[in-house]
Amino acid sequence: MARTLTFKIFRYNPTKDNDEPHIETYELEETPRLNIFTALHRIREKQASDLMYDFVCRAGICGSCAMMINGRPTLACRTLTADLTDTIELYPLPFFKLLGDLSVDTGVWFHDMAKRVESWIHTQKEFDPTAVEERMDNDTANKIYESERCIECGCCVAACATAQVYPDFLGAAGLNRIGRFMFDPRDQRGEQEWFELVSTDVGVFGCIGMMACDDVCPKDLPLLEVFSYIRRKMNSGVQVAVKDLELS
Amino acid sequence: MKVITTDVLVIGAGLAGERAAIASAQAGHDVTILSLVPPRRSHSAAAQGGMQASLGNAVKGKGDNPTVHWLDTVKGSDWGADQEVARIFADNAPIAMREMAHFGVPWNRVEGGPREVYIKGKKTTIVEDDEKEGLITARDFGGTAKWRTCYTADGTGHTVLYAMDNLAVQLDITIHDRMEALSLIHENGVCLGAIVRSLRDGEIMAYMAKTTVIATGGYGRLYGESTNAIINEGTGSWLALQTGKVPLGNMEAVQFHPTGIVPTDILVTEGCRGDGGLLLDVDEYRFMPEYEPEKQELASRDVVSRRMKEHILKGKGVQSSYGEHLWLDLRHLGEEHLTTKLREVYDICMYFIGVNPIKELIPVRPTQHYSMGGIRVNKDGQAYGMKGLFALGEVACWDMHGFNRLGGNSLAETVVAGMVVGNKIAEYTESAELIANVTLAEKFGKEQTDLIEHLLNNSGDEDVYALRDDIAELLKDHVHIFRTGEGLEKAVTGLKAILGRVKNVKVNANAPGMNPELSQALRIEGMAKQAYIIAKGALLRTESRGAHTREDYPARDDKNWLNRTLASWEVGADEPKFNYEPVGPLDLPPGDRGYGGGQMVDMDLTLEEYNAKVDAEQTALGKQASSEPMGIRLPKEAWREESPYKDAK
Repeated sequence: MARTLTFKIFRYNPTKDNDEPHIETYELEETPRLNIFTALHRIREKQASDLMYDFVCRAGICGSCAMMINGRPTLACRTLTADLTDTIELYPLPFFKLLGDLSVDTGVWFHDMAKRVESWIHTQKEFDPTAVEERMDNDTANKIYESERCIECGCCVAACATAQVYPDFLGAAGLNRIGRFMFDPRDQRGEQEWFELVSTDVGVFGCIGMMACDDVCPKDLPLLEVFSYIRRKMNSGVQVAVKDLELS
Repeated sequence: MKVITTDVLVIGAGLAGERAAIASAQAGHDVTILSLVPPRRSHSAAAQGGMQASLGNAVKGKGDNPTVHWLDTVKGSDWGADQEVARIFADNAPIAMREMAHFGVPWNRVEGGPREVYIKGKKTTIVEDDEKEGLITARDFGGTAKWRTCYTADGTGHTVLYAMDNLAVQLDITIHDRMEALSLIHENGVCLGAIVRSLRDGEIMAYMAKTTVIATGGYGRLYGESTNAIINEGTGSWLALQTGKVPLGNMEAVQFHPTGIVPTDILVTEGCRGDGGLLLDVDEYRFMPEYEPEKQELASRDVVSRRMKEHILKGKGVQSSYGEHLWLDLRHLGEEHLTTKLREVYDICMYFIGVNPIKELIPVRPTQHYSMGGIRVNKDGQAYGMKGLFALGEVACWDMHGFNRLGGNSLAETVVAGMVVGNKIAEYTESAELIANVTLAEKFGKEQTDLIEHLLNNSGDEDVYALRDDIAELLKDHVHIFRTGEGLEKAVTGLKAILGRVKNVKVNANAPGMNPELSQALRIEGMAKQAYIIAKGALLRTESRGAHTREDYPARDDKNWLNRTLASWEVGADEPKFNYEPVGPLDLPPGDRGYGGGQMVDMDLTLEEYNAKVDAEQTALGKQASSEPMGIRLPKEAWREESPYKDAK
């Protein structure tokens, strides 16, 4: 028999005078293969026309719709109600700026992160439109792609203990981005530059290793592997720097 | 009202918009990008399969060149494309792929030596050239003579968009996300910017610029059931249409992709079939070779979708509570392939429909996917009928796709047009003047605040979501893969009635801020008018060409319909105006596509006679003079050097 689902949804509109954060309850008949994307649209279109949330691709690709579903950060579009209890609690992701109800400003945070880690290929080479592309080993391309698959949903940061304490912490998404460019032979940043970027409290040494990020990442990024790569590279970088010091 | 000035205003932060913005920023202009969503959430990110470019590195791409790519594109378009624009595209696609590699895209590369692949249902060993080791590789896609589609697994749009946005961040380009342009500010046929609503707090602002660029993607969501992101509601084409000056081209040319999954309508890439996936019917019988012996599952999308529908109508569909569908079989490709090169597809099937494609068949049916039509522009990307306004990417009708686009050609178009049109935008801006006419901006701003006031406070009782669903229902029922005069009449009558109901839309949510119901209500007139233009244009076009299939007019009619539909809607008028222009200079004479079958009515003009009238007739309908003369980029009869024409000589 079809269930009647109870949605307890966090509501707060910061642009509305005297509004206070509160929980509102909505009931919805469950239909086959119902996901949170469809459920929220049904609630908005019939019961709560001012309900705010974010969806774009609704296919688990764009990273817009991360929220806390029964206490866990995940993508709403691909969460089926069949996998959840009769009562479903929806909260916005913590850590990010709240725009209203379930909508948070992940876009601005990730833009800022991209700036901080200089998320681009650092090279002196100019593009030559007449030349054949530079060769790359396919295994290297695949390795870069593994980290490049991050969709900036923010689940990892929302689940991160360090990020809740140090708002400047780059988070798993930031460290993963650094790893992505470290793997990339086109990026000519040297040991020293990487060292300055990651060897701080807001970088890789801020991580206390609880790895909730790895648990919640909806794209199953190899975060553990990336972090240990960065740490190893930094340790060898330190040794190189110390050796240089002794010689001089 | 806050007024923000910039040199170049780009509306839309997907691949086309960002690449164009980068061209202007590199030329030293001040650029501001507006986007409904953070740039990396744009629908470009969802493109899976790849981008066509004739690099010819993969062994099955050997001998490829821009002429072969151009030939495939023109045939794919069913001769509806502007052949010169298709040539500009094919010539620049290899440069754009290499440039994206330079910007950081981790393209999959050639691995020399033997490997096993599936071609036309058979396991085959091919040997990749050792000399090409490490160069950008390619996979097979539909309607192409060569393996030409460059890719990063099945996350191509994602990696290219991330590389592009990384560059935008590096260049420190101003991006204002969660902003929706509601109307263009214009006077005397010159665009001066746009009126914009913040989706954060609802504020109405004016952005004034020397050059305004629209790159907002397609109008697929008008159909409701669509593979498109939910933001693809035709907002950009509506900006142009509502000026009354700028025509939309070929709006009835709508693509249905063979493999939307059932239910949810999420796309699984054409790369599935390119990599060897098969289409099966209710008896798990592989039916495509019967219809298309040569191309089989890899005919063009219009043809495969038509054949699938045809087969379902013969009673060979699979019944389900979500309607009839067919199967996509990827099982033979094996676990490794499905969890690496087709990993997004694997995830989508597992998460959304609980199907494991390693062991199970995927339920699929043709689903609305792409808008060939859009803002009509000249080969430089300048809008017809208005100076200072450019459009590119899916929102534009540039028009390299004609009546059917090939898979892998749209994602490639975004970066190629971004480069080519982007440079034209930068050049135009060089000599353009910033006219910060605040009085005019206030006037256009007031129109929008009055409209919002009306939507919130009128005494009507129309629900915006019900109206949106009614539009989708009419398009789905009557303006789909197969169309008839009778059905299209119903759609036109129904949509006319909906247009009458638009002014009675009442927004119930009166909370300040984002107000999602108000956002939908602000889009609804544009959605209704564009749906009307699609249906009416399809009714008027009494032939079948590409994705536009009239059961009552099955022949492609080159005598009467080798032209492009232009629809404009004067301010205050009850009906849009339809005009027709030549498709562009012809070099490849209209002929058989080599797949799809069908009848043809031959044109009664020589190519010279046809070409002699193109420029004047297009100019009479609003085309602006391009920076170079028409036809100069179309090398005469280069195609005669290529197969099958070479063998035929």
